[in-house]
Amino acid sequence: MLGKRIIPCLDIKDGRTVKGIQFENLIDAGDPVELAKAYSRLGADELVFLDISATNEKRATLAKIAERIAQVLNIPFTVGGGINSIEDVKRLLEAGADKVSVNSSIVKRPDLLNELAAEFGSQCIVAAVDAKCIEGTWLVHTHGGKKATDIQLYDWVIELEKRGAGEILFTSMNNDGTKSGFANDALNYVSEHCNIPIIASGGAGTMQHFLDAFKLGKVDAALAASVFHFEEIEIKKLKEFLNNHNIPIRLT
Amino acid sequence: MKIVIIKYNSGNVKSVANALERLGWSYSISDNETEILAADKVILPGVGSASSTMPFLTNKGLDQTIKKVQQPLLGICLGMQLLCSHTEEGNTDALGIFNVSVKKFPFKQGYKIPHMGWNSIQLSEGSWLPSSVQNKSVYFVHSYYVESNQWNAATSDYIQPFSVAMKKDNFYATQFHPEKSGDIGELILKEFLSL
Repeated sequence: MLGKRIIPCLDIKDGRTVKGIQFENLIDAGDPVELAKAYSRLGADELVFLDISATNEKRATLAKIAERIAQVLNIPFTVGGGINSIEDVKRLLEAGADKVSVNSSIVKRPDLLNELAAEFGSQCIVAAVDAKCIEGTWLVHTHGGKKATDIQLYDWVIELEKRGAGEILFTSMNNDGTKSGFANDALNYVSEHCNIPIIASGGAGTMQHFLDAFKLGKVDAALAASVFHFEEIEIKKLKEFLNNHNIPIRLT
Repeated sequence: MKIVIIKYNSGNVKSVANALERLGWSYSISDNETEILAADKVILPGVGSASSTMPFLTNKGLDQTIKKVQQPLLGICLGMQLLCSHTEEGNTDALGIFNVSVKKFPFKQGYKIPHMGWNSIQLSEGSWLPSSVQNKSVYFVHSYYVESNQWNAATSDYIQPFSVAMKKDNFYATQFHPEKSGDIGELILKEFLSL
């Protein structure tokens, strides 16, 4: 059976990993290449590296870090943050990234998603969505959650699939950093209405939260950062817990 | 030992090269027939679409080169699909080493496409894959699949059972990505390289 995936996310700023609490107050959690190796050993199924400063501060690309990670890592990884063009994606894939995630740039110009899917194949294009529930309506936000749009999440995810996204990484801004669980109702809606894999992000605090995301949110993968970085949850124990609750998962 | 990775317009040449480096092997990446035919092991990697890679191989004459290879050749993912006779992806005729078709996964409620992530594999009788990988999980990313066939070395199940590894004469293939399948993938790559 196809396993559900556990994905540690490493937020990167100036070449170091950080974890944003509600996207603010940055805490350093280590060297991305060393962390990548460690997570592979610990049983992570995949890794995501997000350059959280790229959009705002227009720093240099992640290609160099991606290249170093690709040399040491024997599981798939995704790189994102500030990707604006076919050239950006080409550079990262050539550096050895398996997938790239795009976010603000496809909100600004949705045709970019079609172009990327046609050029590189849907399988390596992850459409990342940051959304916040405001008075009962989920609205898409850009620029690391700083800018609100009037785009409704449920319309947007359908459009992302139509335009050629290979996966959707949905971060609930309401849940992110709270450690109170994933946004399972919204995740469930997105998962039931899209025929591409959905990655849950934002809110992981306990092992039960992951189980809920898979059972209630019906997601294909769950992503988290600080609970893994600060060893509040051990990936091996999490996977045993999920396995004991009949969630198909790769045990290493 | 000389290992050649076939150079063409496929996305993951670098990933395979990195995996070989991690295992301590040297290699070259080439589209030169003489160099490919002189190698001890040949790898045909593959990420991308059959409809763009197959014409590229044909234009470069690499389709004929691949058919001439006598040494062990490993096709990975799209590389495996290109070794088959035909694929529904862009209705493309492929290399025809394995006389079997490649089809698109049918829609089934609750099953996302692509088949992406870690799935367990079941070895076929007499499989070239090491017995230690029986029922272990390996990494897949694909929307088209090879039907179960007489050359099966391993099968897996997603929507329906299908072939995930094959062998015919000196041609070997995996639908999954051994170069991205952690320690299990490394065991499989080592097995191929020690043939």
